[in-house]
Amino acid sequence: MTATVAPSTTPPGAEESTRAILTRNGGTRGGGRRGPKPELTPGQKKALKLARALVWPAIVVAILVTQIPFLVTIYYSFQNWNLMRPGSRGFAGFDNYVTVFTGGEFLQSLSATVVITGSSIVLSVIFGLGIALLLNRKFIGQGLARTLVITPFLMMPAAAALIWKWSMLDANVGMVNWGLSVIGIDPVQWNTDNPALTVIMVLTWQYTPFMMLILLAGLQSQSQETLEAASVDGAGPIRSFIHMTLPHLRQYIELAVLLGGIMLLQVFDPIAIMTRGTGGTKTLSYLLYERAFVGLEIGEAAAYGVVTVLLTIIVASVALRLLFKIFSSEGAKS
Amino acid sequence: MTSATATATRTVPARRRNRRLRHRATSTALTVFTWVVTLGFFFPVAWMVFTAFKTEAAAATKTPTIFTSLSFDRFAEVLDRGFGVYLLNSLTASVMSTVIVLLLAIPAAYGLSIRPIIKSQDALFFFISTRFMPIAAAIIPIYLLLQNFGLLDNISALSVLYVGMNLPLAVWMMRSFFSEVPLEIVEAAQIDGANFFTELVRVVLPIVAPGIAAAALICFIFAWNEYFLANLLTSTMARTTPPFLGSFVDGRGQFLAVLSAASTLAVLPVVLAGWLAQKRLVTGLAMGAIK
Repeated sequence: MTATVAPSTTPPGAEESTRAILTRNGGTRGGGRRGPKPELTPGQKKALKLARALVWPAIVVAILVTQIPFLVTIYYSFQNWNLMRPGSRGFAGFDNYVTVFTGGEFLQSLSATVVITGSSIVLSVIFGLGIALLLNRKFIGQGLARTLVITPFLMMPAAAALIWKWSMLDANVGMVNWGLSVIGIDPVQWNTDNPALTVIMVLTWQYTPFMMLILLAGLQSQSQETLEAASVDGAGPIRSFIHMTLPHLRQYIELAVLLGGIMLLQVFDPIAIMTRGTGGTKTLSYLLYERAFVGLEIGEAAAYGVVTVLLTIIVASVALRLLFKIFSSEGAKS
Repeated sequence: MTSATATATRTVPARRRNRRLRHRATSTALTVFTWVVTLGFFFPVAWMVFTAFKTEAAAATKTPTIFTSLSFDRFAEVLDRGFGVYLLNSLTASVMSTVIVLLLAIPAAYGLSIRPIIKSQDALFFFISTRFMPIAAAIIPIYLLLQNFGLLDNISALSVLYVGMNLPLAVWMMRSFFSEVPLEIVEAAQIDGANFFTELVRVVLPIVAPGIAAAALICFIFAWNEYFLANLLTSTMARTTPPFLGSFVDGRGQFLAVLSAASTLAVLPVVLAGWLAQKRLVTGLAMGAIK
């Protein structure tokens, strides 16, 4: 256990020490050879071959399950193909893409995706940071409190969506409206008047623990001595938070946003269960689902799929570059 | 000179004591605040479990009923509606996919981390990028393919898709754990004449076992909770718990208590496992993510 905890407590910027270890390992591996790029011995070549053989099965499965279907999706996106009219299938050129970009639904859906994903990420990072700061102190029942806080992340999203929709946010018997009535606020028709807000609430509730875990790991990797020294020197808790803790947490926050973004961009469950795409909640993934499996417009849905992937690649390539910058200390090892 | 030092030694402890008192008051206030936030955050889960034991009438009141007769009747009702079959399907898909993921990911992570594989960065990049790709990109051909081969509503087909979904994550997480194995240990095994696979099984696996457990748990959780594919690709025979829950409510009559009971049963295995293996889970996420 200690061996596995240790890396998260090393500051990710410690490239120097990693490089030092690297050179040492490189030396051992090279069988005492000198020089930056030792030639591979026959034994090492054999090891390399075996290592490749070990990696290939996983790569092949990943290609079969994810990449090949995507290529087929691209092919479909140039087809005029509705499952209701099986005879009329044929090459459509860019017609489906024209429909996607001129149909009006695309921009609406894009903005719904940005609003729902964006606000859920921002809110869950803010709440996650707040809770991480609270849980980072020593207090009675610290372990129990952390256990309770991570529970929403373990909850099945379908169950979470249902419980929030009916048990928490229902206009008549929901606990939130009862809570509001106690402080004298009139009941709100959450599910019918604010569908986007209800989805954001559930997502924020589910993803706050995830953000909290990453940020808590960041807080725990901060050196206590420096903080104590700052406090002895007269820096108040707020000042040392802004000038020391926040800069230290920056890359953890970036990482939390990135990983949360990957998962939240594809979010489907609460929309399908709570709103069925009504009231500004028709995100790109829900729109595609609707076009393909309700409208049975295979070609058009495939075009939505391709556009969604292109957008994700743009966001992800920026994000991945960031990711590898964060992991540069780890990446250097390979 | 001497008097100055004397004043200093007198005032510093006094100031410290003062600060400590103030510190203790803030500390208590913060602890109380932390618990209020924690319990508020946990409330929907607690309320779900509590509601599951109520009668429908007691569950559907404007002002929450606290003191009411509690029973297991709602759970019995849920199981009468065939919930056990769906739970079993979920278990099958989750276990099957997790086992296959481990069989593929353990050698892959080993190959990627312990030996210097050429372009391992590229391979790693590939795995992560498949995770970035929205399921939307692949779902239409997959659906049509399964339909053609009569594999819709088939639990094995669903499991294979879960393998594709969890494999990149598992490889990525486990590689972090594998790179923690000291190179000396591996090399010592090599000198002893152990071949690649006995080396993996006898020397490396015991060291990375906690990491593998963490990765397995996370794969299990994702498969157990998955809704999109299960909803689309299964109907009656292979229906898993999440889509069944999703279609549980038709909005008519009183259903709050029975819905809470079904949800409680559905989330119970993963929540319990997550609680028990909490440290592992945190390490797993943090390792995959932060390392």
